[in-house]
Amino acid sequence: MNAALTIVAAGPGVTLQDAGRHGYLRYGVTAAGPMDALAMATANRAVGAAPGATAIEVSLGGIEVAAEGATLPIAIAGGNFEVSIDGQRMPSAVRLALAPGAKLRIRAGSGGAWCYLAVGGRIDVPPMLGSNATHTRSSLGGIDGRALAAGDVLPVRDVGACESDPAALTAPWLARGDDPIRVILGPQDDYFSQAQIDAFCRERWAISHRSDRMAYFLDGASITPANGLNIVSDGIVMGAIQVLGDGRPMVLMADRQVTGGYPKIATVIGPDQGRLAQLRPGSAVRFAVTTIAAAVEARRAERALLDAPVEAVPLVRTPDADVLLASNLISGVSGGE
Amino acid sequence: MSAGEPIFLDAGEAALVVEFGRSIEPAIHNRVLALDAALAKRALPGVVELVPTIRSLMIHYDPLAIDRAALIEAVRGIETGAGETRPARRWTIPCCYDPQFGEDIAQIADMLAMTPERVVALHSSATFQAYMYGFLPGFCYLGGLPPELTVSRRLTIRPPHPSGTIMIGAGMGLITTFAMPTGWWLVGRTPERMFSLARAQTFLAAVGDEIAFEPIDVDTFHALDRRAAAGEIVATMTKLA
Repeated sequence: MNAALTIVAAGPGVTLQDAGRHGYLRYGVTAAGPMDALAMATANRAVGAAPGATAIEVSLGGIEVAAEGATLPIAIAGGNFEVSIDGQRMPSAVRLALAPGAKLRIRAGSGGAWCYLAVGGRIDVPPMLGSNATHTRSSLGGIDGRALAAGDVLPVRDVGACESDPAALTAPWLARGDDPIRVILGPQDDYFSQAQIDAFCRERWAISHRSDRMAYFLDGASITPANGLNIVSDGIVMGAIQVLGDGRPMVLMADRQVTGGYPKIATVIGPDQGRLAQLRPGSAVRFAVTTIAAAVEARRAERALLDAPVEAVPLVRTPDADVLLASNLISGVSGGE
Repeated sequence: MSAGEPIFLDAGEAALVVEFGRSIEPAIHNRVLALDAALAKRALPGVVELVPTIRSLMIHYDPLAIDRAALIEAVRGIETGAGETRPARRWTIPCCYDPQFGEDIAQIADMLAMTPERVVALHSSATFQAYMYGFLPGFCYLGGLPPELTVSRRLTIRPPHPSGTIMIGAGMGLITTFAMPTGWWLVGRTPERMFSLARAQTFLAAVGDEIAFEPIDVDTFHALDRRAAAGEIVATMTKLA
């Protein structure tokens, strides 16, 4: 039997992603790709895969998977999700061997909105326009351009060697903190008054419950552009903060449309996009203006993390709990909570 | 507005918007196309992807490979040397204006105080230009809408139109590739696919190509639709000198 990962159950919004579908923006094709590229890279690196290799992006809806045909090396990283194998709790960031018959379950945990399940081996589904990144609105990528569902079988080629004992990933960069999200003003900040820009940075926004992979809507003040609501459409990047006619800002995320006709007050810098993505609906968020130079420095630091190997600490079973602990954290700090 | 230095705007630290104007004008779009072509030819290290739009070119770049100042300097050097561009190809795209597809023609005619036949005649005799793709794969925004056909957007969004619907609105034409709700006006439907994974040439037209519509009847529509569904290109292409 060929090695495969079977989807036993999947909540809404669980998709296959990779580094994105690049080169077709000029034809209206969104790149898609991960909401949190650093978290996906961490999971992929932990199983020896390239940072942008095809992996499962797990939403707050959660997922349950099983291995078929072979024991599969798996790594999970991202938000603080609840991870368990056959009911045995694991840390949120973990590398493990999934044997046929065992069920791996990932559910929303104490924080974070997305986590990534990477496989040591290659998830072999037919790429569309050179990529497996799922963009459901245009039916591209993944399996038939849709989100994953119970019964889907993901063939896995070139299965890697498995360490039999689970190990907690040492990835302190995934603890993001709650500093303001850094933005660069523009490209249409001149459509807003200085008072409106100040208000945008002062406001304690809340991530709206309407948010998804396409956009995070912000609940809070109204900042109707002083100089008009409509612009002639121009390009949109991930992280662009556009303001709609009702004065509500929205941050365009991985599944954004590639062009648009609303003024954009600012753009979230690349290295802070994953941190923003991990905020759940209802969470508070603030923005702070930074410079291109500072953003490039942050990007340089992130690039170093993307290229660094991911260390893992073997887990030991605790006598009084069903949680496996990293052996160097035995003093009582659970890797999973 | 089309002459003079472009404005450089930042869309974050990894994308630069070179803006030639803020309105829909052929002269502005031509400058976008000229810079797009020149930059593609130049293949600067660190330039990742170019996105031509109606009035600006978005340059996605890797700021760890090329810094903003160097990129702007390179663009300035290229821009001053960029000449006029002309469309290289003309696509004649079959379009059925029958009321079952061109649902809004009667209403457009009422709004513009002309006959429905005049609406069709104006639309099918115009030379459009592919100005920009956006919204979804293959959604092609067209410049060159005859001024007589200028209508404002609908006050409310209408229910989804089918894929292949030809629309007008916002001073432009539009060819659609997915069923979507819209604030634009439906004038017809083409059996052609601007975007199809079923054929080797995934996207029909490039930004800058000329586009014209050839009226067809309902029977021809269905016959061509079957061929297009099988992966055949049913529009005709003419190379322009």
